[in-house]
Amino acid sequence: MTDKISIEDFDLYYGENQALKKIRLNIIPNQVTAFIGPSGCGKSTLLRSMNRMNDMIPGVHTSGRIAIDGKNIYDRETDLVQLRKNVGMVFQQPNPFPISIYDNVAYGPRIHGIKTKKKLDEIVERTLKQANLWDEVKDRLHLSAMGLSGGQQQRLVIARVLAVEPDVILMDEPASALDPISTERLEELVIQLKKDYTIVIVTHNMQQAARVSDKTVFFLNGEIIEVNDTEQLFTHPEDQRTEQYISGQFG
Amino acid sequence: MEQAAKAQGSSCKESLSEQLMKPMRKMLIIEKQGKIITLVCAWVLIVTLFSLLYFITSKGISPFVNNQITLAEFFSFEWGPTASAEQGGPFYGAMAFILGSLAVTLGATVVSAPLGIGAAIFMTEIAPDWGKKILQPVIEMLVGIPSVVYGFIGLTVIVPVIRETAGGLGFGLLAGIIVLSIMILPTIISVGVDAIQAIPRQIREGSYALGATRWQTVSRLVVRAAIPGLMTGVVLGMARAFGEALAVQMVIGNSPNLPASFIEPISTLTSVITLNMGNTVQGTTYNNVLWSMALILLLITMLFIFLIRFITRRREY
Repeated sequence: MTDKISIEDFDLYYGENQALKKIRLNIIPNQVTAFIGPSGCGKSTLLRSMNRMNDMIPGVHTSGRIAIDGKNIYDRETDLVQLRKNVGMVFQQPNPFPISIYDNVAYGPRIHGIKTKKKLDEIVERTLKQANLWDEVKDRLHLSAMGLSGGQQQRLVIARVLAVEPDVILMDEPASALDPISTERLEELVIQLKKDYTIVIVTHNMQQAARVSDKTVFFLNGEIIEVNDTEQLFTHPEDQRTEQYISGQFG
Repeated sequence: MEQAAKAQGSSCKESLSEQLMKPMRKMLIIEKQGKIITLVCAWVLIVTLFSLLYFITSKGISPFVNNQITLAEFFSFEWGPTASAEQGGPFYGAMAFILGSLAVTLGATVVSAPLGIGAAIFMTEIAPDWGKKILQPVIEMLVGIPSVVYGFIGLTVIVPVIRETAGGLGFGLLAGIIVLSIMILPTIISVGVDAIQAIPRQIREGSYALGATRWQTVSRLVVRAAIPGLMTGVVLGMARAFGEALAVQMVIGNSPNLPASFIEPISTLTSVITLNMGNTVQGTTYNNVLWSMALILLLITMLFIFLIRFITRRREY
């Protein structure tokens, strides 16, 4: 199987401070890859590098390459619009736009040029169904998205990402602001989505990584310590530091 | 020895209970003092406001309740407070001034709302560094300039330019609109900047992450989400324009004409009040009619304030 994303010798600096050191990692399509590690280990930074959201932070510079479908996204001529359309992102805090539920989902298709109402209606219904939210909101599509619960907002954000038809979905601690029941529904959704998408999820919650992911990557101080099949990594970690972290000795 | 120890013991006990009680008592007194002081401040404000409202209202309605003039006469177009009885006078129709005030306010808003909102977007979204360093102090200075200076500049620069390019005397609606536009621009910009900056970063990030460009993010999302705040700035600017007297009076021409042309001298409620308040005798119909105009000013300004309340109440959209 060819890799969806391949990262080669990727370094990232915040000014003088090196946040990622010679990262090498391959991500397989239609799998869920979990990034775990203590705060400040670089897992979110690497995630945000994969759709170049770090570009907006002043003082960030990088070297090495991150290739998606064989194409280096740090090339000079990379079209950020196309990149972010193909690599969607779900953030830690649910960030619905302060407009209606319908307009939230239709926002992406609209900026990418879809105007006909029929087509937009179809996209909104399909993606809300994919995100397991349709039944809860179908009668109030034109009410503000701010009135939804945290878990519903996060599923709305996922529907919004699905609406621009990405290949890869990056999730930055998507459940950290949610209650246990919403978290469970979100995890079910992640597992459902992997048959059509490649998913990378950053999480602080090791049980969550164990429940949803196929592969787990353990980060420490800007480096990757261990990559393995999730079951293998949690039951027979190869590195001592991984074992210490997953058994709760630090972090 | 024993006695001393006993005494020490008992004093120790006392001081513990004292320590527990004393600050408590002190604290309660301070709490009460703070509450009373702020309550007095609030009541002074409330009493002042309501006596002001009462004063203006009672004065403003007196020409009608004393049968000096009728409401229909007041809201008519004929103004001639010194016209003699043979001419059918005096006439106290203030409609031309009400329309004049509204025309100059609307005109200034039409000019400065798009300019101000555009500048606010530029300062926050397009060039935040540059905008903060240069435009912010400029705006603060513009707010600080007294209105008489704006009026003076209008009189010496704008009025002659209008006279030479458009004809007429130069005094009139156009000159008033230009001066007021400049005066209310900083209000619209600074309230607009606050409104745009209040839109959380996460919302912009969400938009960029969907592949939106900066301009798409600004025009479709940030501005849309900031509309209540932007409108608040515009209405505050309108209220300021509507109530401004000095600068307007210096350039408006002060003739009791209808605001039918941009370059003919007209009058506004404020300019009529400031010009005539000192020249009329207390208690006369003429003086009371000026109070009625003040009441109209107050009512319309209150309408603006309710408008702001209404807009900002619907924060979610």
